[in-house]
Amino acid sequence: MRIDLPKYKTSDAVDFVIVGSGAAGGILAKELSSNGFSVVVLEQGPYLHEKDFSHDEIKVLQEDQLTNHPKLQPNTFRKTPQDKAKPQRALVYGRAVGGTSNHFTANFWRFHEIDFKERSKIGAVAGSTLTDWPISYADLEPYYTKVEWEVGVSGLAGASPFDPPRSKPYPMPPLPVKSNGVIFERAARKLGWNPFPAPMAILSQPRAGRSACINCGFCLAFGCEVGAKSSSLASMIPLAERSGKCEIRPNSYVHKIAIDERGRATGAVYFDEKKNVHLQRAKAVILSANGAETPRLLLLSASSKFPDGLANSSGYVGKNLMFNTGAVSVGVFEEQTNDYKGYAVSRILHDFYELDAQKVGFYGGGGLDARFDLTPIGFGIGGLPPGTPRWGKDFKAALAHNWTRTFEIFGHGTSLPVENNSFSVDPDVRDAWGLPALRLTYKDHPDDLKLAHWLAARSMELLDAANAKQKWTFPIDEQQFGVHLLGTCRMGDDPKTSVINPDHQTHDVKNLFLCDGSSLVTSGRGQPTMTIMALAFRAADRIISIAKRGELST
Amino acid sequence: MITELDRRKFLTHGIAALGATWTAAHWPAVVAAAEHAHHIALFPEDQKWEFFTPAEAKEIEALASCIIPSDGTPGAREAGVVYFIDRALVTFAIDDQKKYREGLPEIQERLHELFPGSTSFSAATPEQQEAVLASIDEAGAKNVPHRPRGNFNRPNSAAQPLFEVLRVHTIAGFLIDPEADRKGNRGGVGWAVIGREPGHSFQPPFSAIDKGYPGWQPAASVTAATKDSNQK
Repeated sequence: MRIDLPKYKTSDAVDFVIVGSGAAGGILAKELSSNGFSVVVLEQGPYLHEKDFSHDEIKVLQEDQLTNHPKLQPNTFRKTPQDKAKPQRALVYGRAVGGTSNHFTANFWRFHEIDFKERSKIGAVAGSTLTDWPISYADLEPYYTKVEWEVGVSGLAGASPFDPPRSKPYPMPPLPVKSNGVIFERAARKLGWNPFPAPMAILSQPRAGRSACINCGFCLAFGCEVGAKSSSLASMIPLAERSGKCEIRPNSYVHKIAIDERGRATGAVYFDEKKNVHLQRAKAVILSANGAETPRLLLLSASSKFPDGLANSSGYVGKNLMFNTGAVSVGVFEEQTNDYKGYAVSRILHDFYELDAQKVGFYGGGGLDARFDLTPIGFGIGGLPPGTPRWGKDFKAALAHNWTRTFEIFGHGTSLPVENNSFSVDPDVRDAWGLPALRLTYKDHPDDLKLAHWLAARSMELLDAANAKQKWTFPIDEQQFGVHLLGTCRMGDDPKTSVINPDHQTHDVKNLFLCDGSSLVTSGRGQPTMTIMALAFRAADRIISIAKRGELST
Repeated sequence: MITELDRRKFLTHGIAALGATWTAAHWPAVVAAAEHAHHIALFPEDQKWEFFTPAEAKEIEALASCIIPSDGTPGAREAGVVYFIDRALVTFAIDDQKKYREGLPEIQERLHELFPGSTSFSAATPEQQEAVLASIDEAGAKNVPHRPRGNFNRPNSAAQPLFEVLRVHTIAGFLIDPEADRKGNRGGVGWAVIGREPGHSFQPPFSAIDKGYPGWQPAASVTAATKDSNQK
């Protein structure tokens, strides 16, 4: 089918300009355009297609083909607001049409009821701004189902005794089990835990013109060459374009939201590929630029009317950043498992989703998965047991023996929101476009570190029960780097302690909406994209009804 | 890389079709690459170097060969790692040129210091080569039998940074996807050594472990099944 893709003039005000084409932006573009609204999506990165994806580890991991480039867009890091930040890579995010959903692992856990109302249940946590969401799991449930059916998630409903209620089963059965999944399942059962097939945003059957997974083994960090991974690029962007009302404009780096004298957004100002500046006019602006770039854009849009940054009357723009807690333990087994074949994760467990703070001595919870997400070079550099010779015949022998016999247990958990943990703009360092660089300020809440150690201890127990011949845990240190960028423009009813309302509308600017990882109030247990996508479907419904009431056209 | 044609085949015929198609379509290329690597290894003067001088290339090949030796199975030499590094130093690793240029003379110095009268690293015996590397990477050389005795730490060593970057580049050149346009892992020999089957699409069962897996069952029925089998 030939589709005439619209080309909108920058001077004509479209109904919506969306900044970012990732997990949230892709869904909003599809929903709004297929409801008849004109949409321009401005994406920083290039428009890559399946034919552009490869298994070249240098191109993907060294040359940042799919992600933000540290030389063009440097970052700085400091632990506390009292420190001077130093240049250091602080984050990775997808910088191409499809955003981070191109290269994610595709673990698609729904949040549970507790994630939305944990503050009410456990009370205040010292040193944290933990608070309840203004919406509940029940409000989001229909949209989780929508993600599973429209974006494409494989899984087995009812397999986990800890799962929250659901209105529909998964649209596809789980992907074929991996050998690490079999080992994980048997060992977990030995320990009395409840392993189950991982819900994954990867097609186990051909669907909607997309291929099923071919088990190529290059999943995390790589784009999917057959469209089996349910990225925005594979699932939503084609539908948005098919509406005939959506223009995806790649290589468009937005650096300012234009505001009129009444304090309403009038469009987005961006650099094109040649660094020429344009203003795309729009009746409403939606930022889905991720939990780092969305707050940065608001801070860069400061003006005499909004001296502390746009939509920042709360002072919360960029703050309460949560990365999720993680701990990785590795096992080497006697028999070959060949886990380099296939996608990353086939079995998980949620027995520790909600730990009893009185018993364990800290707040938090999480889940474990069995995975092999290392590709050959990455494995050669960092996948051998500590103490292995680093060169020579013994090094080579270890590579040859371990590649087919190694897998990881990954513990994923909560991060507590801490006000000082933030993305802001660096006063000194600038990017290749002359804009202030992203500055990360981060120091894990002590409970997050205790949780990481606790999860690692469970992973080591599991590796023991599985008869691993060798096992170790990667050092658990304070995080100085993140890929889950959550909570930096949190949702809430109170304009004093939140940036957006439950409709994703900023409290301060009525035709400016934010929807991405920055909207999250709590971090969940480590797999945020499913919730970001569900929020995007819900936000689209809310924004459409606001638009239909005529509130955006004045 | 999976071609557009392969992808389309997949959409219509599923996994079995592509598995066979892919291997068949790429096998001649794999064989050709292996033969080319062999030819180059035999006639290195055919090579046009992009960064190294021929003499430097010889030294780097010998060093890489100490990191991943050819000990009955192919090593860095057969995988064409030196060609990968030569290309790397004018592309993604352009910032590392200095480390190579400044590190090589110190390796030469260390060789002369340990073995007076020796000529070049590539002409040294395997034992001498190991000893030189062990003097640079003492911590990583625990199992090296020819480890020299003494203190070889030098302030502002140039050989140490070279060794670290060379180690990473050697691993990368040995294990990179042979289809990537990087001149590494020639003929896919690196993948063959670690037991990674060639190709980019696989079907379950992936190993003997998942082969016999009966399918996921709820915990209760697992318990019941276990009891049944215990009674038999």
